[in-house]
Amino acid sequence: MSLPLIPLLCAILAGLGALLIVIAGVGILRMPDLPTRMHASSKAATLGTALILLAVGIWFGEAAVLVRTLLIVLFLLVTAPVAAHMIARAGYRGGVPLAEDTALDEYRPTVTRDAAPRD
Amino acid sequence: MTGPIATVGNVLLGLLALAMALTVARLLRGPSLPDRIVALDLLATIGVAACGVYAAVHDQPVFLDVAIVMALITFVGTIAFARYLEESGRS
Repeated sequence: MSLPLIPLLCAILAGLGALLIVIAGVGILRMPDLPTRMHASSKAATLGTALILLAVGIWFGEAAVLVRTLLIVLFLLVTAPVAAHMIARAGYRGGVPLAEDTALDEYRPTVTRDAAPRD
Repeated sequence: MTGPIATVGNVLLGLLALAMALTVARLLRGPSLPDRIVALDLLATIGVAACGVYAAVHDQPVFLDVAIVMALITFVGTIAFARYLEESGRS
């Protein structure tokens, strides 16, 4: 009797991915301000989606499907940091308040120097 | 579809639906526009994952093309929202 190794691997990968996505959902709801919410959502959700798509690609067992899922994963890994960076910068410059107990804000001096000639 | 694959797939889709519900709560609550944009972005990412799970459960690899298009359009939409925020200067 042989263990169904590939379905087991797929179930574990996809289950981990779904758990990460649920963590991202909890994080975006519970975190106190914009940067911490993005910290929860962009990284955890990207990794979770990548794990689920990897499991789906292995599950089908065809090269064409695996290549397609790897393409989606690659695209997500390239675009998610860019999108997160742009929203964070726009939000910060737009004056979205940080949480009450923020300990360190190293971006503030850079922004005031950078934004002065613009205004 | 019956059997263990369908069971695992339905559990996964349930977890993704839970995450979507939490994200929609943040989308409705705000409080600022960037928060809502982040929530929309996360919603679409979860949608990509749900497309993948659906493709596996129903044995239809075509749904992966839907996932590709969804990922592409979401990225463009998020970039457009961020540009709009930065140009208009409001939050």
